[in-house]
Parts: sequence; structure tokens; C-alpha cells
Amino acid sequence: MLEVPQRLVTEMFAHAIAGLPDEACGLVAGPVGGTRLDVFYPCGNTAASSTLYNVDAGDHLRADRDADERGMEIVGVVHSHTHTEAYPSATDVEQAPDPSWHYLLVSLREPTPSLRSYRIAEGQITETAVSVTD
Amino acid sequence: MAVEIRLPTILRPHAGGETTVAAEGATVGELFADLTSQFPGMKGQLLNADGSLHRFVNVYVNDEDIRYLEQLDTKVAGTDQISILPAVAGG
Repeated sequence: MLEVPQRLVTEMFAHAIAGLPDEACGLVAGPVGGTRLDVFYPCGNTAASSTLYNVDAGDHLRADRDADERGMEIVGVVHSHTHTEAYPSATDVEQAPDPSWHYLLVSLREPTPSLRSYRIAEGQITETAVSVTD
Repeated sequence: MAVEIRLPTILRPHAGGETTVAAEGATVGELFADLTSQFPGMKGQLLNADGSLHRFVNVYVNDEDIRYLEQLDTKVAGTDQISILPAVAGG
């Protein structure tokens, strides 16, 4: 179970739509080892592609430092799929940098964006139920 | 001199769970040599077999990416903030 405040969902959807036609990406922070997200950091996609993403390293650094100042940690990454479902691709699984992270996916396939979340560890994908909170 | 290095989550288990560790060196390369001798498990995740920086690792000295400075020869001072971050990418 992953608790995501509604305002973060809105921020993630807005960033995904603003990134079109490319994939958009960002980082999420919350309490260490927690099951809740508190902050979404929209980041640049240096791949600038509709099928690939690469989090801008400078944005990652700023997000990491900001999370640390708030007593939180970066606990995952969000990215959008512009035409496919909100499920990790083979590339997502191959390049997942941290088995402890949450991997959130926003799909822009339908008129209304959708959000799903996963763990990716040792090549295995496990979906995590998202609970949108106030 | 001793310099503090902030570790990404994925490397912390190699350092007993610590978020920051101290290493000795006057360049990033020297810091990493000391870091990997303190925590040998980190070596393969930071460096290639030829000793160069792994392409999926980003290293910052304060606000500068060492790839835009002198790579592993980038000089460091005791007051510098060193951060190691994984490349985050996918499709």
C-alpha cells in the first residue's frame, strides 16, 4: 500500500501532460522506509524522447538535498508513458536503479491520466496498491 | 584530508546503513580509492574494471557534476559537499 496525497497526484499528472510529446519524469520523497509520499519533484527528462526518460542529474541533486533538509528521503521515481499503459516496460525493469524504491507510472493513453505504482527488484515487478489521500 | 561523502540509498547497506561516510583524498579518485578500500562491496557499483567512473553513477562536488570538471581527477577540499547519485532512467 502506498499513500499518495491527492495534490501530488495532480502535480504528477500536470507534469506528465506538460512534458508532451515526451515522457516526463520526477522523483518522490517521503519518510524513510515509509509507505507514504509527501513531496513530488518534477525533473527534466534529458532523453527528451516520447519513449525514454533520463532524470536530469542536477534536478536529482537538488531534490536529494531538499528531501534531506526536510528529514525525508527520495523513495522513488515517477515517469509517464505517453501512449502505453501504466506498467513498467522492459527498459524500466533493466534500468531500475534501486530495489528499495517505488516506481510510479502515469499513463496518458486515455483522456484521463492514470497512476499505478510498483516495486522492481531482481528483475521482478510487483504492483503496490495506491491509496489517494486528502 | 577527510571529506564527507553523501551516499545514495542503494550504497548505504555496504556502509552499515550510514548516509554519509568520511574518506581521505585530495581528488575524487583518491576519495573513491579510500571509500572502496573501507567498503569493498561498493567498488563494482562505482567504478569500471579500468578504474573509470561507472556510466550509471553521477558524482557532484558541491553543485558541479565531475564529468564537467576533471572527472576522477577533480580536486576536493575538506569543506566540499560530495554527493553520489545513481543515474535514473528507463522507458
